[in-house]
Parts: sequence; structure tokens; C-alpha cells
Amino acid sequence: MILEKFNDAAKRRVYSLQEFFVLAGKAIGFIFVKPFYAGDLFQQMDAIGVGSIGIVLLTGFFTGMVLALQSAVQLQTFGASDYIGRLIAGSMIRELGPVLAGLMVAGRVGSGIAAQLGSMRVTEQIDALNTLGTDPIKKLVTPRVLASLIMLPVLTVINDFVGILGGSIIAKFYLGKPASLYWRTVFEQILAGGFTLHYIPNDFIQGLAKPFVFGGIISLVACYHGLNTTGGTEGVGNATTRTVVTASILILVVDYFLTQIILVLFP
Amino acid sequence: MTDEEDRRRKGDERRHPSEKDESAMPRRAHDSGRVRAAIRNELEEVAEDSAAKEARQGAKPAQEQVITLENISLAFEEPILENVSFDAKAGETVVVVGESGTGKSTILKLLLRLLIPDKGRVLIDGEDIVGLTFDDALKVRQKMGMVFQGAALFDSMTVYENVAYPLREHTDLLEDEIEARVREKLQFVDLEPDKVIDQMPSELSGGMKKRVGIARGLANNPEIMLYDEPTSGLDPLTTATITYLIIKLQRELGVTSIVVSHDIRSSFRMASKIVLLANRHVEFFGTPEEMTGSDDSYIREFLGGF
Repeated sequence: MILEKFNDAAKRRVYSLQEFFVLAGKAIGFIFVKPFYAGDLFQQMDAIGVGSIGIVLLTGFFTGMVLALQSAVQLQTFGASDYIGRLIAGSMIRELGPVLAGLMVAGRVGSGIAAQLGSMRVTEQIDALNTLGTDPIKKLVTPRVLASLIMLPVLTVINDFVGILGGSIIAKFYLGKPASLYWRTVFEQILAGGFTLHYIPNDFIQGLAKPFVFGGIISLVACYHGLNTTGGTEGVGNATTRTVVTASILILVVDYFLTQIILVLFP
Repeated sequence: MTDEEDRRRKGDERRHPSEKDESAMPRRAHDSGRVRAAIRNELEEVAEDSAAKEARQGAKPAQEQVITLENISLAFEEPILENVSFDAKAGETVVVVGESGTGKSTILKLLLRLLIPDKGRVLIDGEDIVGLTFDDALKVRQKMGMVFQGAALFDSMTVYENVAYPLREHTDLLEDEIEARVREKLQFVDLEPDKVIDQMPSELSGGMKKRVGIARGLANNPEIMLYDEPTSGLDPLTTATITYLIIKLQRELGVTSIVVSHDIRSSFRMASKIVLLANRHVEFFGTPEEMTGSDDSYIREFLGGF
């Protein structure tokens, strides 16, 4: 009896995983198939990207400042406080920028997408789309996924920049380091090995590949939970919660594996 | 008014002199005297003798089956439909009635191929839609207009965009052609286009939402209309208006309709045939007259005080 229940639960898990990947495959495949809903894409880019700039600016700025403050103390013990720019740039661009932007967008945009698609599901609007001869995945999911794939790297770059800027304020007023020194070490970190077509610095690869993947994770998880909402308004609430939890955990887990893979592929 | 609309209206008057007063149909409840008179007219008209009704339907060139359900069985966790069969001929309105939870709405989903039956065939214009690919199913759905229980208007779009949606999606009409069509359909459902066109669905009353839903279903000039509980949750006056609209659609445009309803009174007004679902199968399929004349104890009990 217990085994049977366990068996059923396991089957359901595998089935929903399969459903998720079918949705992901379709959503990404439809990017290249007509008709293109350009209007929906720009609307979503505006909602996901422009709409999230505020929280990304705030989180980035304060993270940069607090990171500088904490490391300043440590670096001073070793007499290495001249390198604070390098440290801030490295941590922001490789890790904190992508992960924080991802988590913030998962909370703000992921929940919004899940709630919107969830209410459309429970008020039969998804069925209405189907009935009117439109594939809901193409009309609703693809623009959201594409917009996230484009906008999350952009948001991350903004996040990185204001984070490094926040660090520079601490470097100047707490450590008393001149701004020119700070920014020189920042650029040393980013472009020390040069930048050519054959050699793209690791900071660029990690800093842009990660948010791209996170964008896909957030939008797909949100659309999946939204489209599979059942049980009225309560269901919409559940879908929203599940989206934020799943997307946040996935971002942190995938971040580790992505870092590992990139470090092996681009030493 | 465009020439086309003018012609249409004149044509209407020729066909239905008694419906000339359609502008008197209710727009706002405050004019209740006029509204009651209008509904009385409508009811009298609906109650015309069945011989005339049959004669009118008999005049249609083809009496072929547009919709056929053949021995449909469907089960999820437990059986929902077992061996369900009925059909609708061109221009007929078939009303599916039954207690709650007997799988009435499931039938509409089967017709739209949002669901696939475990057994049996669903024929639309003679074509079995059960085995169609997703893309082909989308094409078949374009022949149908569906009116949802809660209207299911897209709440991020205006009324205009809602009604224009199927046109933008599936036709190459120019913007002014789309606008003309949207206005025509809104007028058909007795809404004043200039007043409602820029409103959002959240600003509309329940009855108006239903009417916009019907206008959207009609936009593509479908040959089949499907209604899911068109009168549920509406007050008696609005119920009468919506019932009247469904009848008007059948008469003026010759649309074949499947209506799912638990409102037995309005069902009798609009139905050419009635399907009574009970215990997962078809308990009765025939004309309203046959139904009222039946001695079957379940049918008598279902009709109750009607």
C-alpha cells in the first residue's frame, strides 16, 4: 500500500518533469516559427526588464557597498586593501550580480507571470485562446521566455555596474583609496588577459552565461506553474509560491554546476 | 451605417417582420416596462407553433449532420461519459442538459478537441477530429465560436481588441475592415459599439461580458457556435436577452449550435433538440415536445415543475 503510493507519487513527479521539458522545448522551438508576436515580446521585455530596473539598482548598490565594507576589514589585515576593486569586480560579475538579479527577478517577475497565467487558466482564458485557434504556448510562453533570456543579462550588467559603483564609494570614504586606483584594479580584473575573439575573459563568460540560463529557468518555471494551475484563486496563490521557491532553489543549484562547468571548459 | 449593414438590416426586416422591434430589447434595466414588453414579444414569437418551425428548418437545402458524437467514452480517474451519441444537423440548436457533474462541459471540450475521447468518434462536417494533429485541430477550431461560462474575455485587452482577436489571428483583413466587422458583431449582440469599444472587460457587467463573448465567438463568421452555460449567474431579464440572442443567431445566420445548460426554461425556448445526460450516458435525445410528452420517470422528475 505504501509502496503503491510512493510509486504513484514518483510517477507523477517524472510525468511533471517530462511535461516541463516538453513545454520548454516547445517554447524555445516557437521562437523560430511564425507567427511572431513582436508586440507581446516588447511588452514583456518592458515588464520584465524595464520594470525590474528599480529593484536591481537597489540590491546591486547595497550589495556592492556591504561587500566592500566586509572585505575592507579583511584586506586591511593583510595590507592588500589596494586590491579591493579587483575583489569587488570579480565577486559581483561572476557570482553576486547574476545570482542576486536572478533571485530578485524570480521574486518579482516569476511570481507575476505565474499569477497572470494562473488566473488566465482558472478564468478559462487559456481555453479561449486554444478555441480561437491560437497556441497558448506560442502566444504566452514564448514571448515571456524570450524576453527573460534577453533582459536578464542586461539587468545583470546593470546590477554589476552599480555594485562596483557602491564598492567604489566605500573604497573612497572608508578606506581612503583614490577612485582612479579603484577603477584601474576593476579593469585589471575584467580585462587583464585582453579581449579578443579567441580569448574571452572568464568574467564575461560567467557573467553573461549565468543570467541567460537563469532567465530561462525563471520564465519557464513560472509559465509551467501558471499554465498548470488548478483549483481557483487558491490555486493561483499556490502556483505563485511554488514558482518563487522552485526558481530560487534552481538558480542557486544551477549556479554551482554552471560555475564548475565553465571553469573546466574555460580554465 | 455602412451600405452592407443597411442591406443586412433591410433583409432582416423582410425575413422577420415581427422582429423589427429588436432595438427595444433591453440595454439598460431601468427601462423595465419596455424590457418586459420586449421579452413578452420574444416569448410569443418563440412559442410559435412547431409546424412552422419545422417548415422553416425543412426549407434549408441541406439537412446534413454538422456535428456527430458517436459512442463516446471518456474516463479520467473515474468514468465521465459512457457510450454517448447524438448529432446536430445544419442550423439546429442542440441543448445538452443534465444535473451538475454529469460531464456536460466535457462534451464541448471534446468538440473543440481540447480533450480526446478514450473511445468513439467526434465528427465535424464529416471529418473525424479525434486523430488530428495539434495544428490541424487549431484549424478545425476556427470553424467554431465558443462562448465560455464566465465569458473568458482577455482581461488585458479592450473590448475592441477582444472581438478583433480572431480576425487578427486568422485573416489578412485591413484595419478598417476589422473595425467594421467588430462594430457589426457588437451591434448584432445589441451593444453600442461607440460606448463599449474602448472599455476593459473588468468595467463591464456580467450580461455585457457574455454579449462581448458572443461577439468574439461570432467574429470569424463560424458555422458552429458552442455555449457553456450561457445564462448561468445572470438575472432573469439578462437571461432572456441572451436566450433571445442565441435564437436570433440561429435564425438570421443559420448557425449550428450546441448549448450546455442547466437552465431548463431557456433551454426549451431555444432548442431544436435536447440531450439529457444522466449517469454518464444519454438518457434522452429528441425535440422539446417529445421530452415534455415522455412518460419516463427520470425525465418527469428532471423537468419537475416546468
